Amino acid sequence: MMARPALARLSPFNITSLALGLAFLYLPIVILVIYSFNASRLVTVWGGWSLRWYMAFFNDEAMLSALAMSLRVAAVSATAATILGTLAAVALTRAGSFHGRTLFSGMLYAPLVMPEVITGLSLLLLFVAVDAQRGFWTVTIAHTTLTMCFVTVVVQSRLGSLDRSLEEAAMDLGCDPFLAFVKVTLPLILPSVVAGWMLAFTLSMDDVVIASFTTGPGSTTLPIRIYSEVRLGVKPEINAICTLIVGSIAVVIVAASLVSKLSSRQGENAAPL
Amino acid sequence: MSGRRLFATPARRAAVAPFLWMLLFFLLPFGFVLKISLSHAVMAQPPYLPVFDPAEGIAALKAAIAALSLDNFRLLASDHFYVLSYLRSVVVALVSTSILLAIGYPIAYGMSRLPARWQPIAMILVIVPFWTSFLVRVYAWINILQHDGILNNVLMALRLVSAPVVWLSTDAAMYIGLVYSYLPFMILPLYATLAKIDPALLEASADLGGSRLTTFWLVTVPLSLPGIGAGALLCFIPIVGEFVIPDLLAGSASPMIGQTLWLEFFNNHDWPVASAIAVVLLVLLLAPLLVYERVQRRRLEGTR
Repeated sequence: MMARPALARLSPFNITSLALGLAFLYLPIVILVIYSFNASRLVTVWGGWSLRWYMAFFNDEAMLSALAMSLRVAAVSATAATILGTLAAVALTRAGSFHGRTLFSGMLYAPLVMPEVITGLSLLLLFVAVDAQRGFWTVTIAHTTLTMCFVTVVVQSRLGSLDRSLEEAAMDLGCDPFLAFVKVTLPLILPSVVAGWMLAFTLSMDDVVIASFTTGPGSTTLPIRIYSEVRLGVKPEINAICTLIVGSIAVVIVAASLVSKLSSRQGENAAPL
Repeated sequence: MSGRRLFATPARRAAVAPFLWMLLFFLLPFGFVLKISLSHAVMAQPPYLPVFDPAEGIAALKAAIAALSLDNFRLLASDHFYVLSYLRSVVVALVSTSILLAIGYPIAYGMSRLPARWQPIAMILVIVPFWTSFLVRVYAWINILQHDGILNNVLMALRLVSAPVVWLSTDAAMYIGLVYSYLPFMILPLYATLAKIDPALLEASADLGGSRLTTFWLVTVPLSLPGIGAGALLCFIPIVGEFVIPDLLAGSASPMIGQTLWLEFFNNHDWPVASAIAVVLLVLLLAPLLVYERVQRRRLEGTR
């Protein structure tokens, strides 16, 4: 009987909209995963369970090299974005007011909603103007620029809700601010820094538009490759690749939530976004 | 308080690297977009006439300014193709934001009324699809909507239709894709404001004789307006410039402006016109962008 008053707040309408909403969000992905194991070449005719499309993917040299390229871009850009984004979050939450603060926060929040065609085009024109060789590094710089803004938001919401008396106590006890940050603040915000890195990594692994503008010949990323295949029509192999992507993200999310559960027993857990 | 002041200066120093990075790779590039939008297209690599070379001094600067032209913008204003493209983008963004609000609100409202210990789980369930690849999610719908896809199979099995319906390459498919992809962006800010509403206010309304519906319209909805605004901006602005979803799901008859920009750039190699399209799009989005920036700043920095 204890749960009764809480549940009474839920009307049948609430329950229906929640159920339909979650079904809408998950059903397409579930269908995709099931059909990736379909033996039939026709995507929507069921021909029994099979791993042949996974085999096809692992024998597809072009796809694999695009995957390798994407993993490298994502690892480097997510790391750079995490460092820059965390610094930006510290400045926004701890520096008080300073010259150019409005410009600073504006430049950090605008890319979150800026249409990707604009960001992509503008970065490309910059790279062309300075005559930079387009390829791995230009895509990495572009992804760092976009994803550091997401890291800033994730880390900032954690820093904002942190009890500041802890770092003040560290400094009163003789730590200099840098040491206080490394010894006290950083361990406390670590789960959100890790979450920020993972978000940056996934966003980089996912981007078609900005990468298309800033990449050069011979540096095709996985999303660009998938995108050009999808444009030509549905191929069962793409189902397999997409399932692998969803699967690895699911593993990472489960691992991350376990890590954050273990490491942050101290209360409010700022959710990513 | 001593610690607070001690922290401020080093924290200000932390801003230097990200500040310079964003100046160099976010703000400065817009200068190049503006510059190239004012130049003429030529058949060369890069395919535009350089407007100004600082090495050539003042005389060259004057000549360069004289050579600046608004031709690209005149083209955008006079050619119906571009005007319609902008119009369509704004209409599509308005329609999908409305659908998102209509679908997202009941879901966020349901979440906010769940027992407290279920709410974090519901929130994770909404966030997870946002983490799975965006391309995968659009592709999943192609699977479902194609000619011999699951939707048509189900509809025909239920005898609702007698022949397969064309779903792909229609506006309906595009709206499904847009709503599906942006739904978490609408739900999360809505849920954040709905969850903060003090239940005492709803009880007070009920005690004063308000029915459930009156309470909802007169108390809940007005109190959730900040969430409605944030969610709407978070969806509307990027949808106006959306490229991948309309390109994969909608027909090619009337492209959205993101597709037109892409076309001018990659297919026609007309960088000046592509840049002019970007400049106008940016100006168009400036007002909602400024409002969004203010909302975001208040949301994140108000928590201090």
